[in-house]
Amino acid sequence: MNDVLIMIFSGLGVLFILIASIGIVRMPDFFLRLSVTVKATTLGVGFILLSTVIYFGELSVTTKALAIVLFLLLTSPVGAQLIGRVSYFTGTKLWKNSVLDELKGKYNEKTHVLGSEDEENKN
Amino acid sequence: MSLYDFLSYVIMPALSIATLLVFYRFIIGPNVMDRVVALELLISIGIASITIFSIVSDNATFLDVAMILALIAFLGTVAYSYYIEKKEKNE
Repeated sequence: MNDVLIMIFSGLGVLFILIASIGIVRMPDFFLRLSVTVKATTLGVGFILLSTVIYFGELSVTTKALAIVLFLLLTSPVGAQLIGRVSYFTGTKLWKNSVLDELKGKYNEKTHVLGSEDEENKN
Repeated sequence: MSLYDFLSYVIMPALSIATLLVFYRFIIGPNVMDRVVALELLISIGIASITIFSIVSDNATFLDVAMILALIAFLGTVAYSYYIEKKEKNE
């Protein structure tokens, strides 16, 4: 029973990681690549750590796996937000078929401060 | 098919294929940002590989290495984004 559960969870995790790695090769744009990879990898590594917890079944392994999942869940969205923000400010091009760029014109190009258009008109 | 065979002949090759695909993007990536994202993804796949290897070798000590890697990946991304933004401002 435990073996079947470990197979199911590790298979699901590897499936998510494979989807992320295919996405980072095939997606046409930096931002699309970013949005594909971060979510899928966090979920995949979480499932694989869950299979480790089921296999060992000890308290020490469970706390270690929980710590790793907590680090990943806390840090990977923050890192993705930082790198996406910097790449937008340094002028990474969007994909040619992108429909909407809601951030266009809503930030100061020199100081990188965000704000709506009304505040810019006041200054 | 035992658990050992499944992990060794299905899961580990799939992780290797994922590593190769991400490494392809790491080499051809048009600018620095793609390479930073690919590096973070490579480290995440490394965490997954270490975890699977700890099941195959029946040794839970390897999870410590995975924990350290999870911390270092975040530091790398933050440092890269910080310095790229500083460089852009100063020019």
